[in-house]
Amino acid sequence: MLLQVNKLDVDFPTRRGTVKAARGVNLTVEPGEVLGLVGESGAGKSTIGNAIMGLLERPGRVSGGEILFQGKDIRGLPDEDMRKIRGDKIGMIFQDPQTSLNPLLTVGEQLIETIQKTLGLREAEAKARAVDLLQKVGIEEAEARLRNYPHQFSGGMRQRVVIALALAGDPDLIIADEPTTALDVSIQAQILDLIKGLCRSRNLGVIIVTHDIGVIANIADRVTVMYRGEVVETGAVAQVLGAPQHDYTKSLIAAVPRADRRLTRFASIDYIEGGTTPFNRIDVQSHWLGKHQEMRAPDGVAIEVDKVSLSFTLQRALLPRNRKLLRAVDDVSFAIREGETFGLVGESGSGKSTVARCIARLYRPEAGAIRVMGRDLLADPRAADTRAAKRALQMIFQDPYSSLNARMRVADIVSEPIRAFRLAETEREVRSIVGDLLDHVGLGSAAALRYPHEFSGGQRQRISIARALASRPRILICDEPTSALDVSVQATILNLLKDLQDELGLTMLFISHDLPVIRQMCDRIAVMRHGKICEIAQNEALFSAPKHPYTRHLLDLMPRMDLLEPATV
Amino acid sequence: MARDTVAPEGEPRPGFVARLLDNDIVWSFLHSPAAIVAAVITLLCVGAALLAPVIAPFNPFDPAQISLWDGKLPPSWSEGGQPQYLLGTDNQGRDMLSTILYGGRLSIMVGLAAVCLGMVLGVLLGVVAGYFGGAVDAAIMRVADVQLTIPGILLAILINGIGRAALPLELREEFAIYVVIIAIGLTDWPQFARVTRGAAMVEVNKEYVQAARVIDLPGWLIMWRHILPNVMRPVLVLATIGLALAIIAEATLSFLGQGIPPTTPSLGTLIRVGNEYLFSGLWWITLFPALALVILVFAVNLLGDWMRDALNPRLR
Amino acid sequence: MFSFILRRLAQSLLVMAVVSAISFSLFNFVGDPVNNMVGQDATREDRIRIRNELGLNDPILTQYIRFMGNALQGDFGLSYRIKRPVDELIIERLPATLELVFASAVIALVLGITAGVYTGIRRNSWFSRSILSVSLVGVSLPTFIIGIGLIYLFAVILRWLPSSGRSGVVEFGWWKTNFLTLDGWRSIILPALTLSLFQMTMILRLVRAEMLEVMQADFIKFARARGLAERAINFTHALKNTLVPVITIIGINIGGLIAFSVITETVFQWPGTGLMFIQAVDFVDVPIMAAYLCFVALMFVTVNLIVDLMYFAIDPRIRIRGR
Repeated sequence: MLLQVNKLDVDFPTRRGTVKAARGVNLTVEPGEVLGLVGESGAGKSTIGNAIMGLLERPGRVSGGEILFQGKDIRGLPDEDMRKIRGDKIGMIFQDPQTSLNPLLTVGEQLIETIQKTLGLREAEAKARAVDLLQKVGIEEAEARLRNYPHQFSGGMRQRVVIALALAGDPDLIIADEPTTALDVSIQAQILDLIKGLCRSRNLGVIIVTHDIGVIANIADRVTVMYRGEVVETGAVAQVLGAPQHDYTKSLIAAVPRADRRLTRFASIDYIEGGTTPFNRIDVQSHWLGKHQEMRAPDGVAIEVDKVSLSFTLQRALLPRNRKLLRAVDDVSFAIREGETFGLVGESGSGKSTVARCIARLYRPEAGAIRVMGRDLLADPRAADTRAAKRALQMIFQDPYSSLNARMRVADIVSEPIRAFRLAETEREVRSIVGDLLDHVGLGSAAALRYPHEFSGGQRQRISIARALASRPRILICDEPTSALDVSVQATILNLLKDLQDELGLTMLFISHDLPVIRQMCDRIAVMRHGKICEIAQNEALFSAPKHPYTRHLLDLMPRMDLLEPATV
Repeated sequence: MARDTVAPEGEPRPGFVARLLDNDIVWSFLHSPAAIVAAVITLLCVGAALLAPVIAPFNPFDPAQISLWDGKLPPSWSEGGQPQYLLGTDNQGRDMLSTILYGGRLSIMVGLAAVCLGMVLGVLLGVVAGYFGGAVDAAIMRVADVQLTIPGILLAILINGIGRAALPLELREEFAIYVVIIAIGLTDWPQFARVTRGAAMVEVNKEYVQAARVIDLPGWLIMWRHILPNVMRPVLVLATIGLALAIIAEATLSFLGQGIPPTTPSLGTLIRVGNEYLFSGLWWITLFPALALVILVFAVNLLGDWMRDALNPRLR
Repeated sequence: MFSFILRRLAQSLLVMAVVSAISFSLFNFVGDPVNNMVGQDATREDRIRIRNELGLNDPILTQYIRFMGNALQGDFGLSYRIKRPVDELIIERLPATLELVFASAVIALVLGITAGVYTGIRRNSWFSRSILSVSLVGVSLPTFIIGIGLIYLFAVILRWLPSSGRSGVVEFGWWKTNFLTLDGWRSIILPALTLSLFQMTMILRLVRAEMLEVMQADFIKFARARGLAERAINFTHALKNTLVPVITIIGINIGGLIAFSVITETVFQWPGTGLMFIQAVDFVDVPIMAAYLCFVALMFVTVNLIVDLMYFAIDPRIRIRGR
């Protein structure tokens, strides 16, 4: 037994009382084994990692239980003794490789410093070992790259350097806290392979802390599921994911979007609070939302993107040859039919969000034309039907924390489009419409009087949806609407979007980096890379018979989900 | 990742006072003795200054109340002091306590007016620069950069000097206060512009601003309703610290003989006048106005210091 | 790399161009130069003649170019009041100001940075807390009050040091220095201390704030997780990252020292350029005001350029472009 955590309690005293971040947590790790520690935000999974390392942020403290490392209780050791364990015996990998390395020291300096401290080697030996380590984590020309600074490495390479640093003292246990969350899918797979390989070849114990069931399915041997500071279930991966025992695990796994098959809705999630508000259909004929919706798209095409291009300046310079431009969107064309959900999928930097922002008039394309409901919104901004078309197009954003003005009440946020487009006659009418909308998205009309910070991420996203509906749109652009949310909350939001689309006959442009989500939501899908569209296909066709090599590559990188139990719908 | 911290549905909402007391900033204030002391002193200073005509025992500008016979009297507790002059009298026989109250009033008014001028100008230009970016931003910020090249107090001396020189002699004393306010206000704005522009640039890229643009809200309305309220926190901190600096700047100008004339003295002018008598042992003519100035500035600085920490989410 | 320096150089030139334009406009907007050249009893004809001689009737651009040409050679004309060439006056008084600023900068930087780093590392010790409280008083003390207080204490009550003036100087050609005699040291101590105190407290507070900010960074947490010693974390990792913003502060502070030397020199009757400037403002002696303005801007621009070069040495992100 490498590590055994028994009945661990972690307290965070705050002025509103003590928050118990972990309660009676038990877990074990054997050498050569990857333990997945999975849970949603607030589950306390990162706290466990920090508690083991003795690096809890103040005022947090371990208030009970024991942490047996190689048979010795290391809980509450003085900092002096912990320092001999950190780096030497237990290594740690953090989430964001951008900020984990000191920007002013070369990679070599940081590695050699760590090796000298942990292994007590002389400079020349330490350097040789540093080269060896960089090679082991898959960095080429290791000797030359020792002299490079962190900013000279790409994100994935930087995370490899971080792993090399964690391995520098030849530890027996590695704690990796969301090691791939900040990385793209293709790099994520490589990093996970690297960690798994190191675990096997060096007989390391590894704890992977993550919110991502896909990561667990791919790398972990055993998994411990946490919810609200408590362990709800532990077991072999196949057993926990395939036949979960605890209700929470069942709901969690049901909420994970599947790539293998399209379901009409996500299974109803009953374990998570606030997730069960039933959707009350409205009578579209008589309801405010259904009024004045006579605007029709010509030939049934709601959005037409015609050879659109846009470049960003990466580096300004006096001489044109030194200037660097990024072709964020490169000659992109597609058309979205009325009532359909069109998916735009790609890795970060592929230009998918830029296309959406061009359609929403947040960016002005350099070339090409965009027609919404048959009108070019940039051509004649004053015309009445242009304004009607603008009203018909609304957007839902990614980050629930920055998409609402923190200084405005929910009522003012939601009513802003109503006032801007003069969709109500009186103040009273505005207020009743706002209450209605908030009710409809499952928040209840009392929410109107509150401020955004009083709501959770998922609830804020509902406010965003209510605001988008407030202009009585025909088209919704959803830009990664759930990628900042926990998977269980994601399922409820996606269900809400589906319900609204059914009810109001909305056209949707759905943007995501997450193929399984796209699989569940979209009728037709376009795959983007480097500003260009690789392939446009029907949902079923794209997943069963991808034509473009890049699409196939993306599909291959998707986490294996065959361990998951067959969804019950 | 999202945090689920919201109260369950249907729980009654606490009343306004309860919510106010629960507010993080109010809580931090009530738990910081330094901040409370600073606020109390600041309020006392401002209150005493505003009420100077009511609470001052004498009116130092009324020749009928001044007698040269009573000149250079030490504070009442020292040898030779007289009970009606608590802090003694100056060379012209004016009661020190009264002149300090009136002088402090002038110092605070000039400081407040100057900071307001600098803040309004700087915040306006900063929001515009941050919202529009590009050439507008470059133009405004270059001007600010060039101005920041010249240290503030020097520029204030210069603007003040030019302003005085440009006025006809007979109007100089009368308009001295306004010249000082404009001189200090004009040197202040680039700081405000920089901070506001930085904050505005962050806000402009946030999604709530984009949401406002999607519903076709005009630019000025987005700046006014969305960006301005969200950039006011750092501006408020800067304005508090700026008030302390503006009071010092006015005192410095007056001390150098460039600011408020001795006929209606501010604290700086009083110190300047007193300094001439320091070597002859009339310490109270300098010490008390200087003490009043330092206490006032210290209290404002203390408040600004607490505010900076309380409003900085990273330090909480 | 070259484009970085070139861009900064261009910016400096722009600043100098703007400042010189302001200086030039002083001549035109503040007072009438002819009035200042001739006495009250000069005839109308005399005035017109002098106007023409001075070229004041030429187009404004011609006048500006002539002013710039002269200024570049250090020629700012005659002082209205003292009737001597301004460049001569400035050079005569320059050593006094530079020595004062230099002494204050050394005091402010050494003490300010040391105390800042100390309070940043030993955040919660009572000594740090008392330094911080005292520093807040320091920020609240106007320079002239510090000066008056020090004079009263050390010159009037204790009679240890002279209350004003610059004595004990040794001449090296045109440069007069204070640093070679005891008397010289005695006379510079109080003004230098006065000038440095405000800047020192500012530096202290800013260094501490930067240090606390850096200590929150992820790479510090990662360094802890690798078991590095507190010493290494504080001095190799945190301090080096603190230096980048601190250097900017130092640049601004040296500019501030030059500005506040005006006040210190007035309080101590220190015969430097600042005292000359304030007297010039009193008498609307435009040539001196204009020259002093250009001089201060030049000093400031030079300091900023040096600061930029220091960034270059410290921060690889500026030095080496990423891949």
